[in-house]
Amino acid sequence: MNWWTNPLVILIAFPLAGAALIALIGSRQTRLIRWLALAVTLIEFGLSLWLLARFNPADGNLQLMVDQPWVDLFGLPVRLLLGVDGLSLLMVLLTTLLTPIAILSTWTAVEDRVKGFMLFFLLLESAMLGVFLALDLVLFFLFWELTLIPMYFLIGIWGGARRIMAAVKFFLFTMAGSILMLLAILYMTNAAGTAALPELMQQRALFSGAALWLFLAFGIAFAIKVPMWPLHTWLPDAHVEAPTAGSVILAAVLLKMGAYGFLRFNLSLFPQTFVQLAPWIGGLAVVGILYGAAVAYAQKDLKKLVAYSSVSHLGFVMLGIAALNPQGLAGAVLQMVNHGVSTGALFLFVGMLYERRHTRDLADFGGLWKVMPILGALTLIIMLSSVGLPGLNGFVGEFNILLGAFGSSALGSFWFAALAALGVVLAAAYLLKMFEQTFLGPIKHEENRALLDLNPREIITLLPLLVLMFWIGLYPAPFLNLLNPTVTQILSLVVVP
Amino acid sequence: MIQTDLYVLLPVIVVIAWALMLLLVDLWVPKNRKGITAGLAAFGLAIALGFSLSQSGSTLQGFSGMVVLDPFARFLNVLILGSGLAAIALAYDYLKRMGLERGEYYTLLLISISGMMLMAQAHDLIIVFLALELLSIPLYVLAGFARPRLESEEAALKYFLLGAFASGFVLYGVALIFGATGSTNLESIMGSIGSANPAMLLIGAGLLLVGFGFKVAAVPFHMWAPDVYQGAPTPVSGFMSVGVKAAGLAALLRVFIVALPALAADLTPLLYALAILTMLVGNLLALAQTNLKRLLAYSSIANAGYLLMAFVPYGNTAMVAESNAAMLFFMAAYALGSLGAWAVVVSLERAEGRGLELDDYAGLGRKYPWLAIAMLVFMLSFTGAPLTLGFWGKFYLFKVAVDAGFWPLALVGLLTSVISAYYYLRVVVVMYMQAGQPEAQGDRLVTLLAVALAVLLVLLSFFPGPLLNFAALAGL
Repeated sequence: MNWWTNPLVILIAFPLAGAALIALIGSRQTRLIRWLALAVTLIEFGLSLWLLARFNPADGNLQLMVDQPWVDLFGLPVRLLLGVDGLSLLMVLLTTLLTPIAILSTWTAVEDRVKGFMLFFLLLESAMLGVFLALDLVLFFLFWELTLIPMYFLIGIWGGARRIMAAVKFFLFTMAGSILMLLAILYMTNAAGTAALPELMQQRALFSGAALWLFLAFGIAFAIKVPMWPLHTWLPDAHVEAPTAGSVILAAVLLKMGAYGFLRFNLSLFPQTFVQLAPWIGGLAVVGILYGAAVAYAQKDLKKLVAYSSVSHLGFVMLGIAALNPQGLAGAVLQMVNHGVSTGALFLFVGMLYERRHTRDLADFGGLWKVMPILGALTLIIMLSSVGLPGLNGFVGEFNILLGAFGSSALGSFWFAALAALGVVLAAAYLLKMFEQTFLGPIKHEENRALLDLNPREIITLLPLLVLMFWIGLYPAPFLNLLNPTVTQILSLVVVP
Repeated sequence: MIQTDLYVLLPVIVVIAWALMLLLVDLWVPKNRKGITAGLAAFGLAIALGFSLSQSGSTLQGFSGMVVLDPFARFLNVLILGSGLAAIALAYDYLKRMGLERGEYYTLLLISISGMMLMAQAHDLIIVFLALELLSIPLYVLAGFARPRLESEEAALKYFLLGAFASGFVLYGVALIFGATGSTNLESIMGSIGSANPAMLLIGAGLLLVGFGFKVAAVPFHMWAPDVYQGAPTPVSGFMSVGVKAAGLAALLRVFIVALPALAADLTPLLYALAILTMLVGNLLALAQTNLKRLLAYSSIANAGYLLMAFVPYGNTAMVAESNAAMLFFMAAYALGSLGAWAVVVSLERAEGRGLELDDYAGLGRKYPWLAIAMLVFMLSFTGAPLTLGFWGKFYLFKVAVDAGFWPLALVGLLTSVISAYYYLRVVVVMYMQAGQPEAQGDRLVTLLAVALAVLLVLLSFFPGPLLNFAALAGL
């Protein structure tokens, strides 16, 4: 088989090819450009389903690997080394599903420079897929940095009033993290003479002396992206200023890159250091859960509220990872998907309101159920899924995480789980408050009486996410089957005393 | 063998002879048709480039070991000749627009280029000094070419005075090294270094470092660069930012690696400090600039710092080949980006030095999408963002620093890279995220050059292999 017929290569290259096609179209033909971008991303989703069909879920190892030499930097071969396992497959599916949804949400929201918007969006999709599939550290770093550029433009050109500050802050924060990662990558590749993850994993002993520093270098880069408290300060700005589609992708996929990095690199390369530091990571995660929830409760701006809820929810993911047992890890990976689905949907909801009212201030709403019953009903489901109501997706993930954290010998104390459980209660508090202040009660503002309910396009935009919420909530087995062998495989490296 | 001698210096000879011929021919070219001179000059450089590319890849010495032809010299010759061609393209319309069109411009440019090439081939301290003067003196004149504009005259005077000082340092260094070793030939110096007076030798080497540091604009010898780059006619600044740096780099590498590897242990702390200072000062001061020419000047200082970072381990025999390749590779990536960025600046400059402020770039993305997208690529390449050649260039330099065990140096380099992202992105912010009505003045040729360089930067990032090989083979 040639390397360019490998499904992973095709998956990464296809959005780029689509972007090249769109680049050839005149920028006035916005209708054509929109439809073409949607078609490209839908086909891309189809391709990822084809990948799913070819994937053997019983095998926890990396599959469908492709290994092609690319650049030789004086004894350091940089390879086009890609592979997929249950973890990356779920992330790929999340990416390819959310991208067309995000594009559909821009139909009427983005009127200015549509061509540029779609070009950056497709470039972003390629880069994100590259991050989840690359197994060569240099290649991974390249894709990691590459996600920055389109996102920077999406925020900076199509964002809100303070967009430039937010875009630059986003760029500098992530870049500051990634330089440490680059230094660690260079150190390891110098010691081992290769940048390939599978080979580096076998030669762990070479850099065991510096493992703590290397772990921290990778860890800080990923922690900024997650974002873990106290490195989260870029997130509210970026979320609030980004256009809706940007917020959706940022929350649903880009943040997952951080958690994914912890699982793929920190855990595989420095398992023992991870065990040592697990209580610290768990502690920061719990602080993030409670802090994010508390700050979210205090927000008056809808988008800020959802942004801080992300900090809280990602805290759960990190707690599940730090538990270092199958239940916690499986819960964490599932929660990564859940957060993508629920928070993605929440941002879509905020975007739909904003498009109608051009405000996100909670005080400007109230009683919307009377004029927009469809949006109200759908938001109720989304909100409850984010709260973690049994029967919806959030519950399965958080329950597994809490169980895992409760019985985790790496964390060493049940207090982590106990305090995190408080976060679930707080989530109910701020999300119910949000729902109550937007939809319930009397209509407080006259201009809200004339608001139109969702149109079919908007319902279609939300529908796949709602289906997933029920699916994962009621019958999570297919998802767990997909990721359990991988979780077992990843954890086989970890020895918890 | 006279044939060998001539063969070794063939491209240099072609350029010098062409320059002299041009001086004569220009007398018959009518005043309003100086484009002919430009075309002829470009033709001459193209011939020299052809010769340079066709020269063999083996090492040959000429003129009793005074000059040498090796892959290192060939790499730099190609780079310098290419930049020279770009410099002509930059100047052609600009000179006409600004009312500066005089035939001597191209003659002086060609003479300076020949000096730079001679520097790349120098194998004797006397030739190093000769080349230094040959490349500098025409540039002093070119910097003041926009006479009677005061800034231009100021730039010329400043560059001349400080440049003369730097030449003095080099000459004094050459004298001391000659005194210590009894030779000016680079190989003989290395041979007799064991019996030389160490203090004399070290002071000599330090003085050479000052002189070369001046040419590559390393801190603290960088003071001239912002003022000269700002005051000189823009195409001259663009050419200087690449050509002079390449020549300075050539001298630095050639002299220190061939003649003075034994001093590496003593010089390391000095080079270390020089590299850190240059990276920090260049990047930090660039933050405060609002004039594009000054911004690019500080950016060129910062990039000299990155080059120096990889130069620190020059005496480490296990590392020298890699460090050399990384520096040449980075230099090529920098040259493409720098010439391109200066081309955009040339395009937007209006009479009386207007159109050079950052604010003048507002709205460029809408009104001149091609220029803006090219500038975007150059800024991203300087930052070291992926999908541009700058990514590999910087990555390679940092790899060298880490491989040689100088990871604190790499850390400073990386941190200053983040700082640099801020000011490079500011250009992008202004172009794409602020509204305005910029007025591009440049002709098609300059736009074409900018776009071609941008395309090259992106394409080469996918296939850096050939350029990497070319640089790797050019080791000393």
